[in-house]
Amino acid sequence: MASKYAGTTKMATKVHICDYGSGNILSVERALEKVGAEVVRCTSPEQLQDVKGLIIPGVGAFADCMRGVRERGFERPIHQLVEQGKWVLGICVGMQILATRSEEFGMTDGLDIVPGTVKQLPDIAPDGSRLKRPHVGWSELQRRSQPWEGSPLEQIDEGTAAYFVHSFHLVPDDPKHLLADASYVGTPVHAAVRRGRVFGVQFHPEKSGRTGLAFLDGFLKLVQTA
Amino acid sequence: MAKHKVRLIARLDVKAPNLIKGVNLEGVRVVGDPNVQARKYYAGGIDEIIYIDAVATLYARNSLSDLVRATASDVFIPMTVGGGLRSIQDVDTMMRSGADKVSINTAAIRRPEILTEVARRYGSQAMVLSVEAKRLRGQDKWEAYVDNGREKTGRDVVDWIKEAVDRGAGEILLTSVDHEGMAKGFDIPLCQAVTAVVGVPIILSGGMGTLDHALAAIEQGNADAIAMAHVLHYNKLSIDAIRNHLIAHGIEVCRHNEDGN
Repeated sequence: MASKYAGTTKMATKVHICDYGSGNILSVERALEKVGAEVVRCTSPEQLQDVKGLIIPGVGAFADCMRGVRERGFERPIHQLVEQGKWVLGICVGMQILATRSEEFGMTDGLDIVPGTVKQLPDIAPDGSRLKRPHVGWSELQRRSQPWEGSPLEQIDEGTAAYFVHSFHLVPDDPKHLLADASYVGTPVHAAVRRGRVFGVQFHPEKSGRTGLAFLDGFLKLVQTA
Repeated sequence: MAKHKVRLIARLDVKAPNLIKGVNLEGVRVVGDPNVQARKYYAGGIDEIIYIDAVATLYARNSLSDLVRATASDVFIPMTVGGGLRSIQDVDTMMRSGADKVSINTAAIRRPEILTEVARRYGSQAMVLSVEAKRLRGQDKWEAYVDNGREKTGRDVVDWIKEAVDRGAGEILLTSVDHEGMAKGFDIPLCQAVTAVVGVPIILSGGMGTLDHALAAIEQGNADAIAMAHVLHYNKLSIDAIRNHLIAHGIEVCRHNEDGN
């Protein structure tokens, strides 16, 4: 059962989680451990030692998350890790803050690692009916420009569902950075982006069952081969 | 209103440390270990888990947080936790233990402001209003009950749900006290009466016994999700069989990755 995952056959793969106070990261930690990671929870930048893979979680409002990252001194170290070619994964609002800016509650600057803007989801579906916000629930993942091969999505079948809870999503300036979309009652929601070794996912892999664990396992495999 | 995928939810009523199952929310029998069952349903492809502490309100205590924490180590799908949550502090405890949503019944009837407080702190999607509905004899009206269908509130179910949604409830766990544990089908008119007037997702609970009951809840009742206990706890139906039955009738459900866990 668990032996199919990375790290259970060899030494555990170390990943760092950026804990800048954005709330509960227990589930993310547990899910990473489930697929064989040794999780290092970092509440200050000094703890970012010997990083091979970095997870940036995030829930709540964009501005609050960005403030947390800045006030705890994580902004520069994150940029440095990206420049050094480390594997980085942003989850939910942790994905959104990778963008250049967000339109949530006025304009707020992001980390500008994946050029783009965080925008509110539409409230009208393509068939003209009203679309509920937030988008909560399971939606199917579909391929976009970036290949899934060589990404954490490699072990996931197109059309399987992941769990989402959000009202905004990251719209990259260049659509080539899109790795996956999800269909929300026919409305495309940007589910995953990639720029170099930086990934962002709007869904919650730690709450997406087997699909989510396969995704985190895929990320660990990349970190392991770094 | 465009419809999202229908969710299949396992409902686990707990009287610590046991998983229990009643009839009409009473006459309780011990079924097993809730954590073991939760893991089993997760492995079987359930979309969500709901834990309800069946006796917490009665004894004014919370016993679920240890169970929630244990389950969160192995079960990586959304988890709703309810039963006896009285304050925002109780809600904080559950969320820190690994819950994604809380369900509140009694405390919301007594002090509806709690719905707004939880919605402000965690978002309305995390605030599930639990409603125990009992049909008024000979009428198409239902009264809201608290304490596992033991105590009347005098509130009309539809009016109460409308108010609760205005106050911040983002989802409704709608349990028919009359149908609960009978395995004779959901209370479809109840679900119709509620879905006709509110826009938030409705989880219909109480009465599932056959595959066609699930279909009726969605096609006729217009439910967004179905909560199941009896059929799962007693191994009457597999999650795959339910999913496939719905797919065969053109209902959109979630597909999970094939790869075992």
